[in-house]
Amino acid sequence: MRSDIAFSPTAPADPRDRGGSAQPMLIVEHLQKYFPIRGGVLSRKVAVARAVDDVSFSVSKGETLGIVGESGCGKSTLARLIMCLLPLDRGSIVFDGDPVGGQRGLSLRELRRNLQIVFQDSDSSLNPRLPIQASVAYGPRVHGMRGAAAHKLARDLLQRVGLAPDLFGARYPHELSGGQKQRVNIARALALNPRALILDEAVSALDKSVEAQVLNLLRELKSQFNLTYIFISHDLNVVQYISDRVLVMYLGQVVEIGDVEAIFARPKHPYTRALLDSRLGLDPDHRVDTAPLAGDPPNPINPPPGCRFSSRCPFAEPLCTAQAPGLLGGHGSAAHFAACHMADPGSGHSHAGEAPPSLAQPAADGTRAGS
Amino acid sequence: MTETTLDAAGRPLAAETSTRAAPAGYWRGVARRLRYDYVTLLFIALIAAIALAAIFAPLIAPFDPYKSSMIYRLKPIGYRGFLLGTDELGRDMLSRLTYGGRSSLMMGLTPVILATAIGGSLGLVAGYLGGWVNALIMRTMDVFYAFPSVLLAVAISGTLGGGVVNGLIALTLVFIPPLCRVAEGATTQIRDRDFVEAARASGASATSIIFYHVLRNVSAPVLIYASSLISVSILLAAGLSFLGLGVEPPTADWGLMLSTLRQSIYVQPLICALPGLAIFIVSLSFNLVSDGLRQAMDVRS
Amino acid sequence: MWYYAARRVLLAIPIALGVTVICFCLVYLAPGDPVQTLLPPDATQADVAYLKKVYGFDKPIPVQYAKWLGRAVTGDLGTSIQTNQPVLREVLRALSHTLVLSIGAVLVAYPLALALGTLAAFTIGRPPDRLATAISVFGVSIPNYWLGIVLIIVFAVKLGALPVAGMGPNGSDSFDITRWAQFRYVILPVVTTACVPLGIIMRTTRSAVAEVLSQEFIQTLRAKGLRRGAVLRHAVRNALPQMLAVMGLQFGYLVGGSILTETIFTWPGTGLLLSKSILTRDIPMLQGAMLVLALCFVGINLAVDLLQTAVDPRIKRA
Repeated sequence: MRSDIAFSPTAPADPRDRGGSAQPMLIVEHLQKYFPIRGGVLSRKVAVARAVDDVSFSVSKGETLGIVGESGCGKSTLARLIMCLLPLDRGSIVFDGDPVGGQRGLSLRELRRNLQIVFQDSDSSLNPRLPIQASVAYGPRVHGMRGAAAHKLARDLLQRVGLAPDLFGARYPHELSGGQKQRVNIARALALNPRALILDEAVSALDKSVEAQVLNLLRELKSQFNLTYIFISHDLNVVQYISDRVLVMYLGQVVEIGDVEAIFARPKHPYTRALLDSRLGLDPDHRVDTAPLAGDPPNPINPPPGCRFSSRCPFAEPLCTAQAPGLLGGHGSAAHFAACHMADPGSGHSHAGEAPPSLAQPAADGTRAGS
Repeated sequence: MTETTLDAAGRPLAAETSTRAAPAGYWRGVARRLRYDYVTLLFIALIAAIALAAIFAPLIAPFDPYKSSMIYRLKPIGYRGFLLGTDELGRDMLSRLTYGGRSSLMMGLTPVILATAIGGSLGLVAGYLGGWVNALIMRTMDVFYAFPSVLLAVAISGTLGGGVVNGLIALTLVFIPPLCRVAEGATTQIRDRDFVEAARASGASATSIIFYHVLRNVSAPVLIYASSLISVSILLAAGLSFLGLGVEPPTADWGLMLSTLRQSIYVQPLICALPGLAIFIVSLSFNLVSDGLRQAMDVRS
Repeated sequence: MWYYAARRVLLAIPIALGVTVICFCLVYLAPGDPVQTLLPPDATQADVAYLKKVYGFDKPIPVQYAKWLGRAVTGDLGTSIQTNQPVLREVLRALSHTLVLSIGAVLVAYPLALALGTLAAFTIGRPPDRLATAISVFGVSIPNYWLGIVLIIVFAVKLGALPVAGMGPNGSDSFDITRWAQFRYVILPVVTTACVPLGIIMRTTRSAVAEVLSQEFIQTLRAKGLRRGAVLRHAVRNALPQMLAVMGLQFGYLVGGSILTETIFTWPGTGLLLSKSILTRDIPMLQGAMLVLALCFVGINLAVDLLQTAVDPRIKRA
């Protein structure tokens, strides 16, 4: 079920490039992570939470892949799995043609030189007892750079992310605002000169105005440093703004993946449809009176049988609980995959082959586009 | 205690645009807060004075603390140049108290320093590694926790027999579990912070993360706690000597002096109370200094 | 809640076992041959051989431990070298005397500490708080063995008002606390013992209540116009679990850490027993007393934990 679609490479040739421009920067296949749930008097394993369950996708060089989903759907676990911060239960990661781990594969150290992460909590991401330039310089020093050179690099990077090193370099995290701290975290992630960045809800905790500034900074840095982004967020507007392609997750699984225009204009999965409908419109004439998605996501410990969305899906039929749909590229754009029986004309679903209609109101697409 | 920078018109500048150079680091901030805490400063000075007197006892003490005299037994305060009188063997009390500070301070401080190093490292390792290493270390500590500290100290040094070394071993063993717990708790908190995850993500080894990132954050709470144990340690060490464990006669030691002079409370009650008073003053000073340190090191204040 | 309680009880078992291991090891810590350690110095060759066989000293150490534990469980903690009496009987009798002091100290220190600590929390920075804080610093800093001596000097030597030492004019056997002639003997040891828990509990109460008072729901209560008494009730109820924990711990220390006070007042409790057995190198007695006291301490901690569960609504629901 790989979605290794030839994405037109926009990135110029990079000396660090190994696999060639057509080789995706990152391919993950069948990633799986179950967390044991312990309980009982003797702390026995009583259940597993299926945080990430058979997730496969690829990211082309120079593109930005947005990953969206409700909180608790496994986005952050996925990010940590790709960074190898958590051990995988199953699955494989290929970075620029090199498999990660194993005897002959890319070492963890090499992977982490090339792939870096920015976390959501800008405060918790910085050591409160270190001046920020020391935090930025730490990574290069770990990789063998001399103290003075690392220091110079750190100050240079602070400048690049918009923090005057003379003014801010010696400051401690508690003397910075949230947006400034997140800029430091970005500088820290860039310090190893990585080829790809995972941004795990990196702007979600910021004020709207600061968020916009940081997003624009990320766009600039992307072209300056020739980066590939995996941009994780629960905010559809932000994802739409920054992404080339979008991956929608639900309860640890990929439900839909495709180009940003296709996903936002013609969603194939009822869950994506519902997420889009739950965005607030700016037009008061198009009020959303009923929430398109009712209730909380089911517990990942006991996901519903068959299609995991079936318990909340308005189009659910007996077929949906009996059989899990595969992630299929249906009609239309070849780059657009969805895991829904409705997207598969031969599935036997009564709406098979139809796009899920908007539930909140008729003709919502027109009012929302381009927000 | 935040500094406010004013611009030319006297309006406070927001922190983001202020131009003050080189903001204070954590320890510099602690020192700055301590500078205005006069009570703590006073007692730091008192401890320093007592420690200096103990170190330079041979220069300060008016008499030989071990020279006994049958004629001058249990003389009152001020008797013929004996400023603080004499003890039951006719030895000069002032000289013995000065010398006694050596043994009492050493017996009080050494176990805390040793236990901070050992217990702190164990807690750091247990907290950072988690899992079965944590379970092994912390459950062992729980067992030592199941003994009241006095009982454990007395039982260990009682079984090992008297002597300074056995006393030090016993006291160190008593203080390892609580320090280990504090270090483990602090480390566990720090370990879950994203900056540790970020350090791992930059390819750093566990040792590098522990020494560069974790230790920096764990040292403050551990040191605060250790400083509060000094007073307890001094009381316990003197208590051991008082029971005939730890320091052995004729060494000048406050606890031991209190114990031997106890027999003479009917003759010279005031002199008998002196060694205890010395223990009390030192213990009180360390307690107050520890409180002051805690306040100065607490980032919230 | 029962679930939590069962878990706590189960967790106490390995701790109690660990305690027995440490007590068992004491014999091996003592310098010299453990067999000699357990026997009086004038023991005959036959005695040594008999003990070796019965205690299994020729067997590997784990086997020895198992045998020792088996005997300890049935109440056989060996025989005192000094008195030739069963250790358990002596320890239990002494424990009852120690409890007189501990409970006396609880009755004196706890109400006073709670009252002063709460008062201090309501008057932070003002004179009552300063006074209470000073008292608590003195309480934890003062060497109680020295305080005992000072009290003896003042009340027994100078004033002649109270007895110097012992437990009643005729010793412990006829001790009856309701009679003044014997009650007099309790006063100084109890005051001495009460000092440390007074200081610690006062300090904890002050910070626990002050912490609750600084929370927003108290502001809400005050804003609603609740009287001080009602605010106090809310504050104390919320600080209660933390206070219970420290009170329980202090009671454990009172029972297990009485050695210095009892030595000064020659109070025939477990502390004096320990002190004597150290001086006479009566290792079986030392080991037995230590085991009983440590198990008491574990039991008290467990009881406090369970009590805390009962008063803490957050745990109760779980």
